[in-house]
Amino acid sequence: MTDVSAIIPELMLAALGMVLLTVDLFTAPGRKRTVAWVGVVGLLVVLARVLGAGMLTAPARLVFSATYAVDPFAAFFKVIALLSGILVLFAAMEFFRGRETHYEGEVYSLIVFMVLGLVLMAAAADLILLFLAIEFVSLVSYVLAGSLKNDRKSNEAGVKYFFYGAAATAVMLYGFTYLYGAAGTTNLYRLAERLASLNPGFLALAAVLVLAGLGYKISAVPFHQWTPDVYEGAPTPITAFLSVGSKAAGFAALLRVLYIALPPAAWVTIVAGIAAVSMILGNLVALSEQNIKRMLAYSSIAHAGYMLIGVVALAASPTAVGQGVGAILYYLLAYTFTNTGAFAVAIVIERTLGSDAIPDYVGLSRRAPFSAFAMTVFMLSLTGIPPTALFFGKFLLFGAAINSGFLWLAVLGILNTVVSLAYYFGVVRAMYQAPAGADAPALRETPLARLLLAVTILGTLVIGIFPNQFIQVISAASVLGKF
Amino acid sequence: MNTLLSFILWLPVIGALVLLFVPRGRVETIRAVALITTLFTFAVSVAAGLDFDRARAGTMQFVELRPWIPSVGITYHLGADGLSLPLVILTTLLTMLCVIYSWRVELRPKEYMILFLLLETGLLGVFLSLDFFLFYVFWEVSLVPMYFIIGIWGGARRAYAAIKFFLYTLVGSLAMLLAILLVYFNAPQRTFDILALIQQQPLAHSLVLANLAFVGFFLGFAIKVPMFPFHTWLPDAHVEAPTAGSVLLAAVLLKLGTYGFVRILLPLLPEAFGRFAYAVAVLAVIAAVYGALVAMSQTDLKKLVAYSSVNHMGYVMLAVAAAAAAAGQKTLANAAATALNGATVQMLAHGVITGALFFLVGVIYDYRAHTRGVYDFGGLQARLPVYSGITTVAMLGSLGLPGLMGFVAEFLIFLGAFQIYPRLTVLALVGVVITVAYFLRVIYRIFWGPLNPRWAALVDMDVREQWALYPLVALMLFFGIFPRGLVDAVNLAMNALLGLIR
Repeated sequence: MTDVSAIIPELMLAALGMVLLTVDLFTAPGRKRTVAWVGVVGLLVVLARVLGAGMLTAPARLVFSATYAVDPFAAFFKVIALLSGILVLFAAMEFFRGRETHYEGEVYSLIVFMVLGLVLMAAAADLILLFLAIEFVSLVSYVLAGSLKNDRKSNEAGVKYFFYGAAATAVMLYGFTYLYGAAGTTNLYRLAERLASLNPGFLALAAVLVLAGLGYKISAVPFHQWTPDVYEGAPTPITAFLSVGSKAAGFAALLRVLYIALPPAAWVTIVAGIAAVSMILGNLVALSEQNIKRMLAYSSIAHAGYMLIGVVALAASPTAVGQGVGAILYYLLAYTFTNTGAFAVAIVIERTLGSDAIPDYVGLSRRAPFSAFAMTVFMLSLTGIPPTALFFGKFLLFGAAINSGFLWLAVLGILNTVVSLAYYFGVVRAMYQAPAGADAPALRETPLARLLLAVTILGTLVIGIFPNQFIQVISAASVLGKF
Repeated sequence: MNTLLSFILWLPVIGALVLLFVPRGRVETIRAVALITTLFTFAVSVAAGLDFDRARAGTMQFVELRPWIPSVGITYHLGADGLSLPLVILTTLLTMLCVIYSWRVELRPKEYMILFLLLETGLLGVFLSLDFFLFYVFWEVSLVPMYFIIGIWGGARRAYAAIKFFLYTLVGSLAMLLAILLVYFNAPQRTFDILALIQQQPLAHSLVLANLAFVGFFLGFAIKVPMFPFHTWLPDAHVEAPTAGSVLLAAVLLKLGTYGFVRILLPLLPEAFGRFAYAVAVLAVIAAVYGALVAMSQTDLKKLVAYSSVNHMGYVMLAVAAAAAAAGQKTLANAAATALNGATVQMLAHGVITGALFFLVGVIYDYRAHTRGVYDFGGLQARLPVYSGITTVAMLGSLGLPGLMGFVAEFLIFLGAFQIYPRLTVLALVGVVITVAYFLRVIYRIFWGPLNPRWAALVDMDVREQWALYPLVALMLFFGIFPRGLVDAVNLAMNALLGLIR
């Protein structure tokens, strides 16, 4: 029974998904937002339960025959999954306003189910369960990406995501068979003991195969090709969800597998290389993108690269600066607010202006001052200018790199940051520096959109200016203990 | 704990927050709020200057130390000494004058004033911070308002100039961030406190790391100064920026770089700086001579003043490099102190004089002639006596006429640097000669000779423009004739700073 009581949040999420499906049955087509509001309230209740039960500081343990971890690390990713789920539900309500669709209610309940999948991914301590969780998330994502059934780009996104995901997870599963074949166990913690003595070349091969599946989830080069097309085609709130929730859970799984099961010698060089090429490719290609969603797609590849710096920064540190895992957790929390916010602005503009093209953002500082201001804050944060949250995230990541002897990655990181300024501020430039036509009418944000933007701005600034409390929580959550 | 510096630092932000709630259409209220805020900030900073114990100008005063991010060892640590306090007063004075000058800005006055106030806090923060993280945050924060000031209110090529300015300085500041982290991780006691790190000398044992950190800091500061060959953003930014933006850019923003050299690089990495001192001095002399030559060939008055900044900042860097080369040598200690005194006074003199010059270019360009061509004028003396008089004084100050503030600074610089780098100093003096040549030519072309009939209808400066400039002229004259009080305070700070280098 204690095992079941340890997964109450997960059970609540599963029940919430069912409730949403039922509510959807009994709401009229025009009033599907009720479903989303039930979802928001439900997710808030689960969040309160996770925080209220002290899961962020509780001692770590394994449950269900050591297949499932209940530790602060998993709890932290529960919080991120729940936060991104709530923000995405708001964004989806705004997105579906005035849009003809038969599947609005299903989308809301699938978002809740996806939160459940993300939570499972971050806590799985066994290769089989990890694979099932990843597949669960993937299947829900495919449906969500293609949920605008009358939109060809959305269909394309769903199908493309499906084929790419199927191939990537198959390769990952093949990698799992290597590990199982060599060690005779699927438990991550037992794997660690039995793999240590094996040939590093063999382990590196297994690591590459596993990275194919996890790299696809976090959209790191060279497993990123799906990202721009899916980001562009999928409904924008779903894109936002893929870029924050899915990526965060991908990092959780990646960290657990690499840090617990595989010896660092097998993967550090490979991951450092992936980090470098992800930053370079993401930033360089983003320079030429004129569509906001495609630009944010390449930016998301670049940010995966920055965060992978934290993965290779293994050195311990007496303070919070210089510790790789903590830096990643902080970065993901900051990124959740900033990137969801950026997509929220894209949704507002898409709905009122009917365009995703950055050149169409001209004069927004006059037509929609609040959205333009919000976008500026998010672009500053994505670039890494203080006092925004991602600046402090980059500070921690580069600090961890230097502390671990990866000065070259830190140097590459700052060069990429400079490049990224050019395209992030391309958006700001369009909004503020190009004059709008004299007859351009004002674009009014709905109260819901204003609330969403206010929350994301507040998150971006508060986490950046007062990081102390967050760092204390993260220091506890970034310990991946041995069992 | 003394909260005076916090008060000065955050007053402009409070003013900006008040402005947020003023309706867009009430332009007069917006201007009044901005003026009152900057006036009040200036008054408090002057009060701090009067309260400042000048006999102890070498130690940090009004110190404020609070935990900010204790889990990382980051503090909110402010303090002012004989180096930073004059720069703080310069900043508050010039921001106030900018607000006065910008009274007639019609395009989005609300955003304009908010950005200037935020910029003021960013600049003050850099001069007051004694914690590396805090220093870096303000250093970066000051970029953003300036980007928008150039990008929205600038000239025809404003978009290009704004992003170029931002990209250049971002490269430098991120390089500095890596250097800060290098120092932090090698310190025996990990801290971001600037004074504590200077005490610890964390990189003294490692040649490679010290050189790497030096390069990082050097890039950060040299791009800001700007030193040759990193100066190419400056003419673009200056020419495209609106007048008040150019003023703050030249008078205060450039000082962030030289301040960083004196406050941080010199005492933190004295050995590494000593190794590179000659190279830095050579770059400084190139900037001095090349800046003067390029300025001489300009026909655009604003570009001319911009390149004269490159030239003047070259002198500052020559003095700093000379002091770095002399660090630790007892026989040259006096020369080093003299050179550093000159460098600091030059920072202030250049702020006052070049700030005035950019205002004066704006007076003739923004609201009168709408041209800046040196050869387009002629004989303005007859039509605009007040304008001609003030401009002549400022230009003579810039070329280093004795009796004005610029002379004191340049004299000290050359006096100190000559004992350390005699040949380079003589070469740098060529820059002074060229500067005299082109400023005299400009004075002659614009104000003397027959009146160009095109300008027969020009009116002289109005009251507001005069009030934006009188304080600066008064400072030029006062410190040109009575430099003693200022130099003494600066001298104590510089001796304390050199005392840190063993």
